[in-house]
Amino acid sequence: MPVNILMPALSPTMEKGNLAKWLKKEGDKVKPGDVIAEIETDKATMEYEAVDEGTLAKIVVPEGTPDVPVKTLIAVLAEEGEDVKAAAAAAGKGAAAKPPPPKPAGTAPSAPMGAAAAVHASPAAQAVPQARDPRAAPPPPQARSSQREQRQETPVARPNRVFSSPLARRMAREAGIDLGRIQGSGPHGRIIARDVEAAKSGRGIMAPAPPAAAPGVQAPADEKIRALFEPGSYEAVPHDNIRKVIARRLLEAKLTIPHFYLTLDCRIDKLLAAREEINAAAPKDKDGTPAYKISVNDFVIKALALALQRVPDANVTWTEGAMLRHKHSDIGVAVSIPGGLITPVVRHAEQKSLSIISNEMKDFAARARARKLAPQEYQGGTSAVSNLGMYGIKDFYAIINPPHASILSIGAAEERAIARNGKIEAAHMMTVGLATDHRAVDGALGAVLLNAFKALIENPVMMVV
Amino acid sequence: MAETSFDIIIIGSGPGGYVTAIRAAQLGFSTAIIERDYLGGICLNWGCIPTKALLRSAEIFHYLQHPKDYGLSAEHVTYDPGAVVKRSRAVSKRLNDGVGFLMRKNKVAVIWGEATIEAPGKVAVKSVATPAPKGALGAGAYQAKHIIIATGARPRVLPGLEPDKKLIWTYFEAMVPEHMPKSLLVVGSGAIGIEFASFYRTFGADVTVVEILPQILPAEDVEISAFARKQFEKQGIKILTGAKVTKLDKAADSVTATIDTGKGTTQTLTAKRVISAVGVVGNIENLGLEKLGVKTERGAIVIDALNRTNVPGIYAIGDVAGAPLLAHKAEHEGVICVEAVKGLKPHPMDKRLIPGCTYCAPQIASVGLTEQAAKENKYDIRVGRFPFAGNGKAIALGEDQGLVKVIFDRKTGALLGAHMVGAEVTELIQGYVVAMNLETTEEELMHTVFPHPTLSEMMKEAVLDAYGRVLNI
Repeated sequence: MPVNILMPALSPTMEKGNLAKWLKKEGDKVKPGDVIAEIETDKATMEYEAVDEGTLAKIVVPEGTPDVPVKTLIAVLAEEGEDVKAAAAAAGKGAAAKPPPPKPAGTAPSAPMGAAAAVHASPAAQAVPQARDPRAAPPPPQARSSQREQRQETPVARPNRVFSSPLARRMAREAGIDLGRIQGSGPHGRIIARDVEAAKSGRGIMAPAPPAAAPGVQAPADEKIRALFEPGSYEAVPHDNIRKVIARRLLEAKLTIPHFYLTLDCRIDKLLAAREEINAAAPKDKDGTPAYKISVNDFVIKALALALQRVPDANVTWTEGAMLRHKHSDIGVAVSIPGGLITPVVRHAEQKSLSIISNEMKDFAARARARKLAPQEYQGGTSAVSNLGMYGIKDFYAIINPPHASILSIGAAEERAIARNGKIEAAHMMTVGLATDHRAVDGALGAVLLNAFKALIENPVMMVV
Repeated sequence: MAETSFDIIIIGSGPGGYVTAIRAAQLGFSTAIIERDYLGGICLNWGCIPTKALLRSAEIFHYLQHPKDYGLSAEHVTYDPGAVVKRSRAVSKRLNDGVGFLMRKNKVAVIWGEATIEAPGKVAVKSVATPAPKGALGAGAYQAKHIIIATGARPRVLPGLEPDKKLIWTYFEAMVPEHMPKSLLVVGSGAIGIEFASFYRTFGADVTVVEILPQILPAEDVEISAFARKQFEKQGIKILTGAKVTKLDKAADSVTATIDTGKGTTQTLTAKRVISAVGVVGNIENLGLEKLGVKTERGAIVIDALNRTNVPGIYAIGDVAGAPLLAHKAEHEGVICVEAVKGLKPHPMDKRLIPGCTYCAPQIASVGLTEQAAKENKYDIRVGRFPFAGNGKAIALGEDQGLVKVIFDRKTGALLGAHMVGAEVTELIQGYVVAMNLETTEEELMHTVFPHPTLSEMMKEAVLDAYGRVLNI
């Protein structure tokens, strides 16, 4: 039986992706593990490996197609001994829908395509490519076929409607679970009681859908905004995936997290001296390249990681059910990349030496710019650092990146005149702002955390303790 | 040259087998079905259908005995057992022919004979004495990638109660009596036993039912069973529960049974005929299962949720694949089985949602958990009841003895079970079955408008009663 290859969900939050490139042509033999396509996801370009052996019978979605919803049929594989032409002709019909490979952590369980259409609650998530765009062509005829056997594969675009049983709805309401986050296993992907049961224990639950703008803060329609400008006076640049994700996540963070802000000035003369000393002592290889070059930011990552260990109450994540108190300090670091930003996470930073952190960050930054980070490298984390010091910014407050409960914003290190013991003296100062999720980290607790950070950053020797 | 190679071969043409064959053909599989006795199997020929024909005769006879209840008169009402049986056989024959027609219509090959699976993919068919229908293929070697066993079940034989087909009957003999016996002992009070007890009692036999368990219709809710028992006893059926027939002594034209009453005493009872209705066992023999290593357990083939046995390419559905032994369960299993073979990802069957029906007078119908089972499963429940005496249509019909009972999960409002006893309840139960399949809660049921005047209104009233909102009592 021909195998349907569907658009994979390469991360739990992925709803659609761009089909960047086909690495196999129609008629090519494919072995499990062969990279058959490159999928551009929210934040990275991922390789899509085949799970079955066979011949690529038909490419349904051509390369370069943007915004292909997860679980859309993208190609058909003829299994060994099968007629390639027949398989191609059968594309999307009786063929067994192969779920995407479950490689990346947290991939949602497979479901027939019809399910995908019904379950992803957002109007955007429809199984018909580009169906979101009102100008898009009607769905291809195969999606409308009346053949009865196809019912499970046939997506029916029903924006906003989540099919669920009355019992499932009641159970979800009582458990406080948004139905849009539940993967339905009933007929046509309908959410039934057992799906809610599963979701209650954390199985088959998807990341929250982007919150619908609350009444009163409804974003004005595009046309209304455009009407404020002279036609021809601007260029409309379509959003890429990364821009959409940034917009969605930051809006969600700022709307749902009560941010609380604290500021401190840190004197970093000792840190700068230590940094110089450490870097000067770095062993060099035969080309004269030093084994490490520690940046101020590397010290900041380490200091924040240690500060969170000293103030464990602040190393937390808010969930409705419980406070997650983290054992390790996993520090996300905002990295600016062309067209956006991404926050790779330095895991267990409290245990890592400065040189390891430094080299890890260099690798992250390079791969982030090439959009080659894997989802597990930028998801999660317990706090984050955002540094705009290199732009001379004195102080600012970054937006918390959930599931973190705080973010540290680093301003420029600059020489300032400070008063000490009644005298004015010159000192290297750096202003740091801390934003905390007030649900999880109260003001006083945030202040304790920020002071713990200050103590470490002003006396870097303490980081060795 | 006749075809010998198929995508799917089904062994057994009972309701499970022939429905599976049709569904397989619809899915585009080349399909064959093997039968050795009758197309349609026990259900059509010796089970569900002919007994319903007999019971219909009994029902009409019963009304004719009480014409005054309806302002009518009928005199000299008699019956002809031969004609009653003849009608029943004609009904079976008509449906049996119908299955033949359906096989031809769906291009399902019928192979006549006794099948043995020699190896996965290979079936050997031996010829049998029963006459083959026109166009059937004969003995020989056949191949199919998928083999589905649907061989059904046969009456269980208990030691000491071996049917001799003359004085001690199974359902086969009970279905074609030459004359109505004056007295009858029915051993076992499941659906088969109770239906025959009801049939023979209506035609005047002195009927005693012996059940080893504490209640008749052991699968049913205690309250429903007790209600039915009272009705049967009112009709003159004697019922002994918790009792066991230990010995049968045959005379020339009667049988004397020794019964352990379960209360430390023994009693004897002489009846003209005995019906042994102590359950059925799967037909797992002579299929070659042992050689193939197909796993069986207590007389049934062990299957997974999609009816696969432990041997690839071999499947089992229906009675031979275990409880509940019901034709509608077999049919649905067959459909799921071939849809899974096709790769359609059917939903496995939820056995809790299979309804059960008994066609005695009064009828019994149920689905889901009994009150006892719900409590054993630690559900916090709400129970609603509604009596037939509160329903206008029931009173107009002259059928005011009955009860509808529903069981809800107090926490979620899920309908856990529904149990009914009374006129026509076997035709009503599907309403609750649909509701349970759709996972409705009490709220949707209360919002549903039921037609007036119907017996079905009681179904809504019972739901209302569970929530303290009943209207007509």
